[in-house]
Amino acid sequence: MPRRLTYGVLTIGLVAWLLPFVWMALGSFKNQGEILRRPPTWWPQTPTGENYSQWFGPLHFGTFFTNSLVVAGFTVLGNLVFCSMVGYALAKMDFPGKKLLFGAVMVTLMVPGVVTFVPLFVMVSKMGLLNSYAALILPFITAPLGVFLMRQFILGIPDALLEAARIDGAGEFRIFARIVMPLCGPPLATLGILTFLSSWNNFLWPLVAAQSEDRYTLPVALSLYSTGQNATNYGLLLAGSVLVIVPILLLFLALQRYFIQGVATTGLK
Amino acid sequence: MGAQLRRKQALIAWGFCLPFVAVFGLFMLVPILGSFGMSFTDFTARDIQTPFSVNFTGLQQYTDLFADARFRQAMLVTALFVVIGIPLTMTVAMALALALNSGSGRIVAFFRVGFYAPVVTSIVAISVVWRYILQPEGLANQALSVVGISGPDWLNDSTWALPSLIVMAVWRNVGTLMIIFLAGLQAVPQDVHEAATMDGAGAFRRLISVTLPLLRPTLLLGAVLISVGYLQFFEEAFVMTKGGPLDATLSVAYYTYQQFGFGEYGLASAASYVLFLVIALVSLVQFRLLRSQD
Repeated sequence: MPRRLTYGVLTIGLVAWLLPFVWMALGSFKNQGEILRRPPTWWPQTPTGENYSQWFGPLHFGTFFTNSLVVAGFTVLGNLVFCSMVGYALAKMDFPGKKLLFGAVMVTLMVPGVVTFVPLFVMVSKMGLLNSYAALILPFITAPLGVFLMRQFILGIPDALLEAARIDGAGEFRIFARIVMPLCGPPLATLGILTFLSSWNNFLWPLVAAQSEDRYTLPVALSLYSTGQNATNYGLLLAGSVLVIVPILLLFLALQRYFIQGVATTGLK
Repeated sequence: MGAQLRRKQALIAWGFCLPFVAVFGLFMLVPILGSFGMSFTDFTARDIQTPFSVNFTGLQQYTDLFADARFRQAMLVTALFVVIGIPLTMTVAMALALALNSGSGRIVAFFRVGFYAPVVTSIVAISVVWRYILQPEGLANQALSVVGISGPDWLNDSTWALPSLIVMAVWRNVGTLMIIFLAGLQAVPQDVHEAATMDGAGAFRRLISVTLPLLRPTLLLGAVLISVGYLQFFEEAFVMTKGGPLDATLSVAYYTYQQFGFGEYGLASAASYVLFLVIALVSLVQFRLLRSQD
C-alpha cells in the first residue's frame, strides 16, 4: 500500500479512535436540555460551566482528587523505595530463603485483586482500618511486579562497581543509596509511572474499603454518582469523566516515551 | 567467607527485604490463603467479629457455586468476553502495528501516542462516556441512522449488551498490544523479507508465511497478557449495565462482588478461587513463554 494511503487510513482511524474523548469533552459543557436534544448538537450551543461548578462546589471534587493523589503518591513512593531494596537484595546478595522469596514474588505476580479483596476486607475491618487512608494505601505500597522489574535491572549492574565500593569500606546501605539507586533511573521511571497509573485507576478495593464520601477516590465517586440518582445527568457525569481522565492523559503526554518504553520492555501493563 | 560474615550478610539482606516482606505477607499472602480457607467454610458478613468460629463445610461452597445457574452464566459471559475479545483486539492491534512499522520517526510516534491513549484512562470514566454514546439516541445510533440503520438500545438489549462491552474493551486495550507487536515487528530481520521478496512473495504472502510465524512468541505473549485482564472484567459491567440485562453481562468478577455484597463471603471466596485457578493456568503459560524467550 502506498505510504500516503496508509497515513490517510490511519488518520481517519485515529479521529474515530479519539472521538469518545472529544464527545466527552463537548458534552461536559452542555446543559441538561441540550444533552437531551434530538438530534444531538456537536458544538455546545450555550456552553455552560455548570457541570464543573457542581463538581467543584457541592460534590467535593477537591476531596476526591486529594484522596486519589494522596493514595497514588504514597503508593508510588512506597513501591520505589521498598521494591528497589528487595530488588537489590535479590539481585546482588546471597542469603538463605532467597530462592523462596523470589519464587513467592513470581507466583503472586498475577494474583488479581478479586481473589484477595474479601479476606482483606475482613482483616482491615478487624484492624479497625476500614475507611482510612491506611486501608487504601497499605495493601498496594509494595508489589511483586516492582520487585521483579527492579531485580531484573539491578542484575545488569556490574559487580565490579559494587566490589570497588566494598573495598573502599562502604556498607551495603551506602552502596545501595549512592551507587545502585542513581543508576536505576529508567526502571524507577517505569515503575513509578505504572504504579501511579494503576493506583489512579484502581477501583475494586477503594470501592469496598472507602465507605464515606470523605475517603472516596475519583473513580469510586464517579462510579457511585453514575449509578445513583444522577445516573442520567450526563452533563455532570461527563464533566466528572473529564476530571478523572484529563490529569492522567496530560501526564501520559508529558511522559509518553517512558510509558511506551515501559510497556515494550516489560511486556506488562 | 567465614560463617559469621555470612550470617551478617544474611541479616543485612533480610533487612533490605523486611518492609516488603511484612507488607507482602500481611496484605498479599495472608489474603490469598485466607480466601482459600474461607472458600471451605460458611463464612458470612456476620462472622467478621469472630472469624475463627465459622464452620468447616468442605466443598459445599463449590458445589453450591456450580449448582447456581447465575454462576454458570457468569462463566459463560466471561469466556465469551475472552474468546471473542482477544482475537479482535489482536487483529486490530496487528493491523495498526503493521501500518506503523513501515512508517518513520515522528509520524509513527504521533499515531502510537494517539492509539495508546485509551489504555491509560480509568475504565470507570470511559464506561460513563461509552454509556452516553450507546444510549438509544446516542452518538452511535445517530451515526448508524445516517446510513439508514436504526440501532438497538445497545446496553439494555440482552443480545447487544455483551458485544458492546467487548467493543469498548477492544478500543481500550488495543494500544498495549500495538506497542508489543510493533516492538516484535522491529526485531524481524530485514534480510528475511528481502529473501522472500526475491523468491517472488507478495506483501500478503510475506505477512502470512514469514512475519507472523516469526512473531509467534510475541503473539502468544500478547494474547496471554490481555486475557489475564479480560478474565477479570468488572468495572465495565458495574458502570454500564449492572451485569444485566438478564445477567447478559454478568462476569465472574462481578458475581464475586455481588456475593460479597450479599454477605456471602464463603461463596464469594470460592468464586474468586475458580477465577484465580483459570488465571493461574494462563499465567503459567506466560511464565513459560517469558522463560523460553530469554
